[in-house]
Parts: sequence; C-alpha cells; structure tokens
Amino acid sequence: MAGERAVGLVRELHRTIGGSLPPFRTEELRQALEEMRALYEQNQADVSEAKSGRTDLIFLIRFRHCCLLRNQRCILAYLYDRLLRIRALRWEYGSVLPNAIQFHMSAEEVEWFNRYKKSLAAYMKSVGGEEGLDLTQDIKPPKSLYIEVRCLRDYGEFEIDDGTTILLKKNSQHFLPRWKCEQLIRQGVLEHILS
Amino acid sequence: MSEAYFPVGPGLGLEESFLSLDDILMSQEKLPGRAETRLPRLGFALGQGTGAGDAITEGSKLEFPLWLAKGLHDSKRRIISVQLPNIYKEAWRTVLSADASVVDLHKMGPYYYGFGSQLLNFDNPENPEIAQAILQTFISRFRRIMDSSQNAYNEDTSALVARLDELERALFQAGQKELNDFQSWEKGQASQITASNLVQNYGKRKFTEVDG
Repeated sequence: MAGERAVGLVRELHRTIGGSLPPFRTEELRQALEEMRALYEQNQADVSEAKSGRTDLIFLIRFRHCCLLRNQRCILAYLYDRLLRIRALRWEYGSVLPNAIQFHMSAEEVEWFNRYKKSLAAYMKSVGGEEGLDLTQDIKPPKSLYIEVRCLRDYGEFEIDDGTTILLKKNSQHFLPRWKCEQLIRQGVLEHILS
Repeated sequence: MSEAYFPVGPGLGLEESFLSLDDILMSQEKLPGRAETRLPRLGFALGQGTGAGDAITEGSKLEFPLWLAKGLHDSKRRIISVQLPNIYKEAWRTVLSADASVVDLHKMGPYYYGFGSQLLNFDNPENPEIAQAILQTFISRFRRIMDSSQNAYNEDTSALVARLDELERALFQAGQKELNDFQSWEKGQASQITASNLVQNYGKRKFTEVDG
C-alpha cells in the first residue's frame, strides 16, 4: 500500500511515550520522499496522456495524488512533532543538551534548537525591566530562598554568588540558594530534599 | 510524562486535525467498499491482481484505508462507494445501546469515536443513527472511566484500560495524572523541584553507556 513508509515514521514517533526524542530516521525519510518523487513523475506523464484523450486514466492520477497528499501529511506531522519535543527539551533540560540527545537530532533540528534558544533569550531579556526575566526558573512556586539538596552523582566544583566554591560529590548534602540549583536539579545532578 | 511537550491533539467532529499523529493513525484504519466503475491499472495498488497493469472491474469489493476513501469519494459517487464497518451497523448499534460498558472497543478498531465521526463525512442514510450511537456509547461508558481513573492510585491499570478505545485511554490518562498531582500536593511534595521524566530516562541511558 502506498504511503507505508511515511506512516511507519508516524507510528514509531507515536509509540515513543513520555515526549522523549527517538533517533532521526534519515533513511526512511529519504525513501518516503523518493516515493513521492516517483509518484509525481508518473502523474506528470499520465496527465499529458490524459489531456490527449485517455480519460480513463483520471482515476489513476487521482489515486496517485491522494498518495502524494498522504505522504506529505505524514512527513510534515513527523517533522513538526519532533520539533515540539525538541522545544520541550529547552524548557525541561536547559540550554545545553547532552551529547546523547544531540545524536538523535538531525543537523537542521540542531539549527532550529539554537535559533529557538536565541529567540527565547531575546524575549526573556525584553521582559521584566533591565536584566530581563528568566522564565525557565521557578516552574513550581517557590516556598523559600534556600533549599536543601543532595548530590546524586559527582559533578565537581560549583561556585555560588558570594564566591565560595562547593565540591559536589555523590551523596553530599548542601544548603544552597534556590536559583543556583534549580538548573542542576532539573538535569538530575542534585536532588531536592524536603524537610 | 513530559510537562513541556504538547502534541497536536486529534480533531473533533467531522474535521481531522492535519498534523495530529493520532488522526493520521486513525485514518490509516481500513474501510470496506466497492468500485463503482472500472479502474484501470489500480489493481496492484489496491491489493487485487498481481500485475501492474491489472484493472479493477466494476462492482468488485475492495478494502481501503480511510484517507484513500475520503480522497477518492465524490458526492456523485463515480469512483467508489463505502460501506460501514460492522461496529457501526445496526446489529452492533443495538448491542451498544443495550449495555455499552461491556464491549471491548479496543478490539473493534481502536479508534471507535474518531473513525465513526469521520464516517459521517460520507453520505449514508444511516448517518443520524450512527451519530446517535456514538454519542450514547460515550455517555454510558464515561462514568466508569472517570471513576476508575480517579480511584486507581499506584496500581496496575492494564485491566481497566484494556477495553477502552484510544480517546477513552487519553481521558483515563488525564484522570490518572490529575490524581497523581493531587496526591503529591496532599503529601506536600508540590513545591519539590524534580527532574522531569524526560531527563530521568536520558540519565538512565547515560549511566549504562558509561558503565558498559
């Protein structure tokens, strides 16, 4: 059946639950686009034949056109949904993505991510007066300025505002300002402990 | 579930949502029908005949996916005509009106509501009855879904979800998420900053890369 490859892409993406990003299927995408090109060329040939009298080819042309539209829809939805997932990564993970995730993105998607980052940064700077407002902070309403955190894995040295550095070793606990640690907690390096 | 990922939802009623992954998979479901006229060279594409030059004779029975049916359908019905799948026919409609909660909607095509709404696009004299049947089925099943999703905390819900179609499963998940959020608020964990599930999954994979 025509359009199987494109639908396969959509199916795989739909199966990936939790909004995480599966690897970019360059090969399948290329095959689907190849199929579209072949259908288009066949239709071009048949249209000129139909114009010179063979009206029974109209159904075939229409069928191929339906397949072309179907492929187009599947591919567009695939690419768009991936962008939505990449956008979610900026809000949930931060502006630097780990290599493991970057491997799953195509070059164009990396480019899109960088441009989105810039757009978001420009917007955040324009809001909230002189220094701008970091919208990715304080996703949950804060209850206190300082929070208790435990380190989940070795991270190394960490400098806080008054100049002191703290060594983040696995299982060490610290009492740190909220705005400094939020990023690290979201990345899974620290764990927020409630008293 | 990732908190910042908002996928395009399925369309409501007669219109599909173009970019929705759910609607694409729903319109892949097959529909029985027949050819109203001779279709040259389409034999191979529509699953009949082995040669690329085979034609489909007038009146032969076919099965095609919804997207193709919508594309080839014409109000003057020159090319194909569609028939209703069994679940939307008289017999099953009576079963559903008797007691809808016992029917396994997942087995009868996992997109009962979505597909049924799309079927209303084709002119069929039974359309008002089909529309009513879909609506009534939803009404009678909804109560149980809402109830079970709001009360199954930290349990294995596969038995509850097995007989639901995709729309109902999405509702069930929404209920579960709400329940979990409320419970965590009650425990005072609402202000706790957490790494989202997204990050936790990536974190796990990274560990195996480092250790292995």
